[in-house]
Amino acid sequence: MIQNQIMPGVKAAWPICLGYIPIGLAFGVLAQKAGMSWFQIALMSCIVFAGSSQFIAVSMLASGSGALAVITTAFFVNLRHLLMSSSLATLLQNEHRGKLSVFAYGVTDESFAINYTRMLAGDWDLNRSLVLNHTANACWILSTVAGGFFGHLIPPHSLGIDYALIAMFICLLVFQLTSRVIVLTAIMAGILSVALALWIPGNSYIVLASVVAASIGMGMGKLSRIFQPGKGD
Amino acid sequence: MPDTYVFIIVGMGLVTYIPRWLPLFILTKYTLPQWFKEWLALIPASVLSALLLPELVIGGDPRHLDIMRPEMWVAFPTFAFALVTKSLGGTVVVGMVLFWLSGKLF
Repeated sequence: MIQNQIMPGVKAAWPICLGYIPIGLAFGVLAQKAGMSWFQIALMSCIVFAGSSQFIAVSMLASGSGALAVITTAFFVNLRHLLMSSSLATLLQNEHRGKLSVFAYGVTDESFAINYTRMLAGDWDLNRSLVLNHTANACWILSTVAGGFFGHLIPPHSLGIDYALIAMFICLLVFQLTSRVIVLTAIMAGILSVALALWIPGNSYIVLASVVAASIGMGMGKLSRIFQPGKGD
Repeated sequence: MPDTYVFIIVGMGLVTYIPRWLPLFILTKYTLPQWFKEWLALIPASVLSALLLPELVIGGDPRHLDIMRPEMWVAFPTFAFALVTKSLGGTVVVGMVLFWLSGKLF
């Protein structure tokens, strides 16, 4: 158990933690400045566990937004997880629903990409994914609370920490690029996402770009099979 | 005021949990049509790319296109490193170091 499931899960989580620690510290500093106590910070990181939503919530609260506006925004910012959980569902057919419900809590951009890639590769299962999710979760909670206490002591932008999550996304994307259709779809999604981000306010560009690019990509996959029978990828 | 915080946190918790949970709870019990599975197989790369690229080429407040950002230029060697090594931890460290160096140089 410890050798087979806990250790691999913890080991696979360390790059996520490396990315979460600076972001968590930064969140703690902001939340504390916005008037949240360490307990409220911990409560929010435990119950919400969604970095971007938490940042937006704190800045909205600081600028006097109402509760319903904050909650509605959090819903839209995190809607992309609906897509991620759907992709994960194709690899977790007939797993225990209780376990899946606990697993769902830990679905983030980062844990999703690692768990999905490794399940697809075949050396990963739900138990290891659960360990990975909760290791990352613990890192997030601890670093946000630590940020509330002494995050202000760390100078901002030090040691390239701003780039940790970007570098992680770059590598996670590289893991995904396994066929020509996927590469083309990813390029379309990226360009579309930039165009939409410039055009419409808010964060809906992520979901919109992904849905449109995946749909066009699926169409291209079908076409390539029609024109090259037996060579579909 | 503390009551408002609790209300906001619980409300945020619900609206972030439900989209994560619903597909895992429902879709895992049904055989999905082939086209839907093919579509979902393209979602991970799409979402990651849609999250990543604006970070590289869009400057903040108000959003504007800026392809000269260090975020963009550091992405090329970082991407190459990831492609060659397939190491997530290594890529994160290399990306951070390169970005830090780019801040020192420019």
